[in-house]
Amino acid sequence: MLEIALKGSKRYYGWIAFLLVLIGIGSMAYVNQLMVGLKTTGMSRDVSWGFYISQFTYLVGLAASGVMIVLPHYFHNYKKNKHMVIFGEFMAIAACVMCMLFIAVDVGQPTRMLNVMLYPTPNSILFWDMTVLCGYLGLNLMVGWICLEADRQRLPHPKWLKPFIYTSIIWAFSIHTVTAFLYQGLPGRHYWLTAILAARFLASAFCSGPAILLLVLKITEKFTTFQMPKDAVKTLVKIIMYAMCVNMFFFLLEVFTSFYSNIPGHMHPIIYLFSGAHGHHELVPYMWTFIGFAFLSIALLVTPKLRENHKLLPWTLCILVIATWLDKGLGLVIGGFNPTPFDTITPYMPTGKELLVSMMVYAIGALIVTVLFKIATGVKAEMGHSQALPCGCSTEDFCDCAEKAEAAAEAAATVEA
Amino acid sequence: MKNNRRAFIKLAGIAAAGLALAPKAMASSGASPVKKNPAGITAKRWAMVIDSTKLHTKEDIAKLAEVCHSIHNVPHIEGNQNVKWIWGAPYAQAFPEQENPHLAEEVHEREYILLCNHCENPPCVRVCPTQATYKRPDGIVAMDYHRCIGCRYCMAGCPYGSRSFNWGEPREGLDLSKLNPEFPTRMRGVVEKCNFCVERLAVGKLPACVEASEGAIVFGDLSDPDSDVRKVLRERFTIRRKPAVGTEPGVYYII
Repeated sequence: MLEIALKGSKRYYGWIAFLLVLIGIGSMAYVNQLMVGLKTTGMSRDVSWGFYISQFTYLVGLAASGVMIVLPHYFHNYKKNKHMVIFGEFMAIAACVMCMLFIAVDVGQPTRMLNVMLYPTPNSILFWDMTVLCGYLGLNLMVGWICLEADRQRLPHPKWLKPFIYTSIIWAFSIHTVTAFLYQGLPGRHYWLTAILAARFLASAFCSGPAILLLVLKITEKFTTFQMPKDAVKTLVKIIMYAMCVNMFFFLLEVFTSFYSNIPGHMHPIIYLFSGAHGHHELVPYMWTFIGFAFLSIALLVTPKLRENHKLLPWTLCILVIATWLDKGLGLVIGGFNPTPFDTITPYMPTGKELLVSMMVYAIGALIVTVLFKIATGVKAEMGHSQALPCGCSTEDFCDCAEKAEAAAEAAATVEA
Repeated sequence: MKNNRRAFIKLAGIAAAGLALAPKAMASSGASPVKKNPAGITAKRWAMVIDSTKLHTKEDIAKLAEVCHSIHNVPHIEGNQNVKWIWGAPYAQAFPEQENPHLAEEVHEREYILLCNHCENPPCVRVCPTQATYKRPDGIVAMDYHRCIGCRYCMAGCPYGSRSFNWGEPREGLDLSKLNPEFPTRMRGVVEKCNFCVERLAVGKLPACVEASEGAIVFGDLSDPDSDVRKVLRERFTIRRKPAVGTEPGVYYII
């Protein structure tokens, strides 16, 4: 099926060239980092993980999110998602690759990375994180590719694949749970040391991930004949709404436990993030933006009229993505390291080079998404699955817009006559 | 060679023989015998007691840090990407959860010497994905700088901020004419920390900071009831850093 990715319009090739340029620029920053070491970043002795690891954490959520389309389809036989499933799986592939790349650019001795496999260490959560990420990447590659290939040949999906599909659904939960375990098992890092972290990671993954997926699919609709079935979108937005509510509920539980117990270690990171400490207020505006945007997105999602407004929806999703990113892609890691073990504050801001390297990883992810989505939409177009109709509906909507229009035209004709 | 059944059986036979021999070959290439230095000193559990009534000024601690850093080729780097094995901090930073507002002023203003605690339950060892940091049978938490991949998970795991990462080339922070040739320098991209002077214990010397402290630091075997450390711990009131995290530090402080 790869040949589908090779045949494209000028615009398609232009976009790929643009991404390659971004990757080229970013890789120069990475080569520089390889040559002189991680001192090109804003990280320090006290804040020893930064932008790279927080992007990794955020993207694990994106990888896990496809399951919000796959699970209703396979566990609840929700047929409307039938032609969306492949995009969830392909997005997961790109997200897994980006996660691995963010780890790879973060380590000090990347040439030794295979030591994690050469000296397998089951007591290290990082070992398990590598295992679950590789496993999830493999499962999605296999399931996605084989199902799409079968679709293209108008064959039913092979029966032997079922166990792998079910495994991949459970596996999706495991990747984000294990990623939370990376953090929540560390003594002395109070912001992370909470049993609800894994649950909160999953909740934020299941709202932010599908939101990003929907936004990317909205763009895909603009450039291809693919059209999401209306009901599938409706359901997914409802899932996003509930997950975001649960995410913020968990956050409030965190706030209650910290402040009602009045335990300094638990309160300090939250105080630092939201009102500053020891004269450092670097993150305060970002964190309040997170709170503002989070509740704004919830308000826009829980109101049925606003939720179903297709003009407004992309904006709502953008607001939600920004809110969850500020929370998990920025505050989480910095709040875990500050206050430091010495109860002091060491501010952290990523450097330009750090952002360039991150841009490279994101551009690689975008390239993978572009190629995979091109293949998937190409096959859908060949098969006539989930295609856009002139009335704006999808062929999977089984709408009667065309008949209605015809009837209206006929009626108009008879009136004229 | 023709691809016929005979050739296949031959190859299969050779492969089977290889499989049978492999475990033997692997075993023989494993742990090489170590000739121990008879002068070396050993213990079941090394530990340290620091008398902060004797050792509590910035100058004294800087002197010990200088000794330690020079023999271990610890680079001197300005800013917050620094590397340090031994350093000093006021009470509020050394014991943040054991502070009270009416602490004796003198105790509050002392400078306390900080270093790796060589914990009984070291979180850094628990989290390391390559076993590059490990606990020795004598309780010392050591590092293999050649296996470390530089993921810095141990730095996130350490509740004491005892670990440093080589963000850049460490030799840029060293006076190359004054390197100690008996201890390796590190490469960039690996984590390092105090090693309780394992290289000195192996040849029968006490850790350098203990030697330079003029009696303010006592070092010995915690499992031996007659050792110096046990004697001091019996007689004086001591505390350890962050007892709540369950790491059981091997460094005690007389306050």
